[in-house]
Amino acid sequence: MTLAGGVVTGADQVFVLLKHWLVARTPGPLQALVSILLTIIPIIVVFPALFAVTTVLERKGLGRIQNRYGPNRVGPFGVFQPLADAVKSLTKEDIVPRSADHVVHYLAPLVLVAASFLAYAVLPIGRNMTAVNLDAGVLFFFAIGAGTELAVFMAGWSSRNKYSLLGAMRAIAQMISYEIPLILSSVAVVMIAGTLSTVKIVEAQARYSDGVAHWYVFTPWGLAGFILFMIAATAETNRSPFDLPEGESEIIAGYFIEYSGFKFALFFLAEYLEIFAVSGLGITLFLGGWSAPFSFLTWIPSWIWFFTKLLALIVGFIWIRGTVPRLRMDQLMNFAWKFMLPMTLVVIFAAAVWRFLPHGVAGSAAAGLVVRWLVCALVVAGPYVLLARGLERGRKIEKRTYRYAE
Amino acid sequence: MLGEGIIQGLVETARNFFGSYVEKERLTTVEYPEEQLPLPEASRVFPFLLYDGADAEKGLRCVACQICEKECPPRCIHIEKSKDKKPDFVGKPQAYPAVFDIDVSVCMSCQICVEVCPFDAIRMDKQFELSTSDRFGGLLWTKHELAKSNEYYRQIHPVEAAETDARRAKEMADAKAKAAAAAAAAAAKAAATPPAAATAAAGPATTSAAAASHGPAGNGATGNGVTGNGTAGNGASANGAKAETAKTVVKP
Repeated sequence: MTLAGGVVTGADQVFVLLKHWLVARTPGPLQALVSILLTIIPIIVVFPALFAVTTVLERKGLGRIQNRYGPNRVGPFGVFQPLADAVKSLTKEDIVPRSADHVVHYLAPLVLVAASFLAYAVLPIGRNMTAVNLDAGVLFFFAIGAGTELAVFMAGWSSRNKYSLLGAMRAIAQMISYEIPLILSSVAVVMIAGTLSTVKIVEAQARYSDGVAHWYVFTPWGLAGFILFMIAATAETNRSPFDLPEGESEIIAGYFIEYSGFKFALFFLAEYLEIFAVSGLGITLFLGGWSAPFSFLTWIPSWIWFFTKLLALIVGFIWIRGTVPRLRMDQLMNFAWKFMLPMTLVVIFAAAVWRFLPHGVAGSAAAGLVVRWLVCALVVAGPYVLLARGLERGRKIEKRTYRYAE
Repeated sequence: MLGEGIIQGLVETARNFFGSYVEKERLTTVEYPEEQLPLPEASRVFPFLLYDGADAEKGLRCVACQICEKECPPRCIHIEKSKDKKPDFVGKPQAYPAVFDIDVSVCMSCQICVEVCPFDAIRMDKQFELSTSDRFGGLLWTKHELAKSNEYYRQIHPVEAAETDARRAKEMADAKAKAAAAAAAAAAKAAATPPAAATAAAGPATTSAAAASHGPAGNGATGNGVTGNGTAGNGASANGAKAETAKTVVKP
């Protein structure tokens, strides 16, 4: 190994080596505990910090999208706004409705945050930087993700408020509807990679041929799958344009209407943690996790790649939020069952086509790739066009007439 | 095609995002404490008392007639009339407000006090940053805090101030002309009366009893003087009426 190679590996593995160094210096009986803490604490620190950064980024970004400045009062360019928000939410009164189910009302935000944090256990943040390398990592992620639905319903039900209950019902309907395309689009990846382990999925993508990584997003089915996955992820995390559970104009704040102070902040935190986690899974499944897109960029540490991709996806989320208006409930359900579900099935089929087409045509791997690409793209694009036409044909857009009571 | 509209929307918002960094005119926000938009001429927030000259106490136009106090709908004005009098801008002795308080928290900025004031003594200010940490004393403004110079008035409401100033200048000129006319009339009277005055003056010189009998004649002469003054007074009231009509014409 050359010196430069050593430095690159050192930068890549700096946190792993640091952890090993620290664990080696603790007395034997404590080593397991210290190892666990050193794995968990960075996750508990880094992602809420990212949440703080994201809130100010989001508010400034949305402001600019609407030709405003956004927050610029606290500190230079408003960068200390999250601190002010934290102080505000900590000092606010925590109000619990008298008729609420106190225990469940108290537990709901905790369960939500805990479930959101648990999802990070299987995310490969960098090379050798996965908290738990589970054989069924993807399955674990979705199983834990379902825990957030439970917490949402706990919040909505225990508040004893009609709006919070409506919001919770909406949230459950939406989350369950979109969980199906979310899981089905990742099934394609699991099929191709042949494993449910997030670590192995990333390793399968961290190979290079002709200098380009084997990211699944670089294949037709992977691209379609990634877009579907991100749409479903947006709905799954109740982000705009799928933020019906907290539609201000109809049900004020949805399931967390009766939460104030720090509990409200916890809901907010959990929402963003879910966004990061599901973005992290999207990165893991389609964007090659911590791997570089081109082989000449592999000298950049893996964890930088992961967080760069994460930030890019967050920017995408913010951009979408600043662009698309909220859907109606029937539009939301139609979109999930009439568009997302068929398209994810098509993606699974396309992935199978990609897998079983001959990898070389007439002895040429390049020609084989082109043929595979074209066939696969057709398999995805054809149903998309047909589906889009079919969905738009039945829809008559006409001037709405209002009839008033006599 | 499905999804086309979303792409167009994304392009539009991206254009807004980057455009807001390049084109300053896209950002319509006025960052208030640092920058302020100029207030329109007609804007009004809270009344103030006008004074002429340099001394707020001496030049205060208010004569404590208490019309504004009676007209104020939320009754936020409190006036106490002075016992003594001081000359106003035409030199006529007038009372002045010993106490003139307005409660900032009660005032509803209706401008009725301004409309009813016959002495152009109260006007609306544009100053709207009236918050204070003392919600009792700090929000009750006495006449020292309310008094603002005419120059300030010209500055904040130039059109209104010019009109008021012109009217007051005319009133003052009329008053001067009237005073001059009265003085001239008095002088003419004085020139016409010398013989009577001479006899009146000569009377006491002859006998003390004759002086007693001539007394009424002397009184009659002074009585004439009074009549002369009376006509001058009539002139003044006519002028005052004229000023009133001028006022009603200007004020719609």
